[in-house]
Amino acid sequence: MAGVEHRYGPTEVLAGIDLEVAGGETLALVGPSGCGKSTLLELIGGLRPLQAGTIAIGGTTAAAARTAASTWMPQRDLLLPWASAADNAALALRARGGGRAEARRHASRLLEHVGLGGFAAALPHELSGGMRQRVAFARTLLAGTPVLLLDEPFAALDAITRGELQAWLVRTLAEERRTTVLVTHDVEEALYVGDRVALMTRRPARVTALIDVPPAPAGASRAEAISDPAFVAARADALRALEEA
Amino acid sequence: MTAGRRSIAGAWPALLVALALVGLWQLAASSGALADALGLEPFLVPSPAEIGESLWEDRGLLAENAWVTLIEVLLGFAAAVALGIATAVALHLSPLLRRVSYPLVIASQTIPVIVIAPVLVVWFGFGIGPKVAIIALICFFPIAVNTLDGLGTVPAEQRLLMRSLGAGRLRLLTLVEAPTAVPFALSGAKIAAAVAVIGAVFGEWAGATEGLGHLMLIDNAQLEVARLFAAIVWLSAIAIALFACLSLIERRIAWWGEPVKAGERGGER
Repeated sequence: MAGVEHRYGPTEVLAGIDLEVAGGETLALVGPSGCGKSTLLELIGGLRPLQAGTIAIGGTTAAAARTAASTWMPQRDLLLPWASAADNAALALRARGGGRAEARRHASRLLEHVGLGGFAAALPHELSGGMRQRVAFARTLLAGTPVLLLDEPFAALDAITRGELQAWLVRTLAEERRTTVLVTHDVEEALYVGDRVALMTRRPARVTALIDVPPAPAGASRAEAISDPAFVAARADALRALEEA
Repeated sequence: MTAGRRSIAGAWPALLVALALVGLWQLAASSGALADALGLEPFLVPSPAEIGESLWEDRGLLAENAWVTLIEVLLGFAAAVALGIATAVALHLSPLLRRVSYPLVIASQTIPVIVIAPVLVVWFGFGIGPKVAIIALICFFPIAVNTLDGLGTVPAEQRLLMRSLGAGRLRLLTLVEAPTAVPFALSGAKIAAAVAVIGAVFGEWAGATEGLGHLMLIDNAQLEVARLFAAIVWLSAIAIALFACLSLIERRIAWWGEPVKAGERGGER
């Protein structure tokens, strides 16, 4: 994307964002609350009309094509209260016209894959916050698009669950090889999940720094990875850069 | 199961109050105190026992007329459900249509039924048609408005998500908006069920040869006050039965409406 600007009425939200995400890469966008990260994600997904600049996914700039090539996952799980976990995940297929039984079969298989095998028939209110978020993520994956747009997917969870889900997300994304843009206000989450981290300033937002995340020691757990000296140093750099921004 | 038992247990106080009121009425009516207080002849003020007697002795006549009224109510109600939901969906899908015709929907409710009923009888005769039309007219509004509101409660974020998942307008409607609106439509239908019998009575008063409303007119003219009250009991029974059926359906197919509204979902955050 190049020169992306956005304003809500008189308020300038995004002031010229230039970013590139390689195929299969996870880019984390970090910035203060209200800096327009979420807006940027909706612009990428073609869910909001672009006011200035260009955004392309795989060489195509049309908004409808970007919507078709990406799947958006908002912070709230937005699970349908009357539908089982499998049916909620299956929504991604049924939205594009898939049959109910077929969609449910695919969804159940994917739920097993994300560790919710025993909960395919469970209703959202019977699931914990972390499980619901995993169902929402399964729905996102099942859409089958090459690009995933994750908007603070774990922000509503408690710290322990959030840590567990971050580790789970890293594993799942490593298997899936999708191109992912993750929006978060948590520097640690950005550095742990992302391959690269883009730091954004306050409104009107620009990208102040792009950080290549030091690779975690092979086979390290999340706790080990985030206490690795290189990780700690990168986090300190990032926090300093955000303060200066 | 537990909900059912709880609702029965919860009904006890209401039942006791109703019984106490009936008991008081019985005392006041059979002692003549009620008639004295109202300045009426005692035979014009029936006691619950006399109404009960009429319910039993005139059971054939009452049941026959109740059957006629029940059919009218069911047909009118069914027509209102079909029209109300179709209107709500049409107005929901087309903002232009909504702007243009929502005032008409509201106007439909301002038509004084008691005035339009005789006109309908003049137009369509003494058959079942005018009664069904009047009941449908009365029931249409709560169903249409509630369904329309329900369709509109899907949050913008949810619509955006469906768009991101590739859903077009129709799939957004069938997969998300329609199920969301079901509890609302049922609420509207419950209100409609309660007023449907009033529509039936108005319709029959305007011109009929049978039905509970028709029977009431005759009873009134013949000063058969106990049977008049007995007809009201039947009429209430029809409304309550229809209401109870809808509550049952609500509990079976729209069970999520309540827990979500009660904040089970909101409580997590």
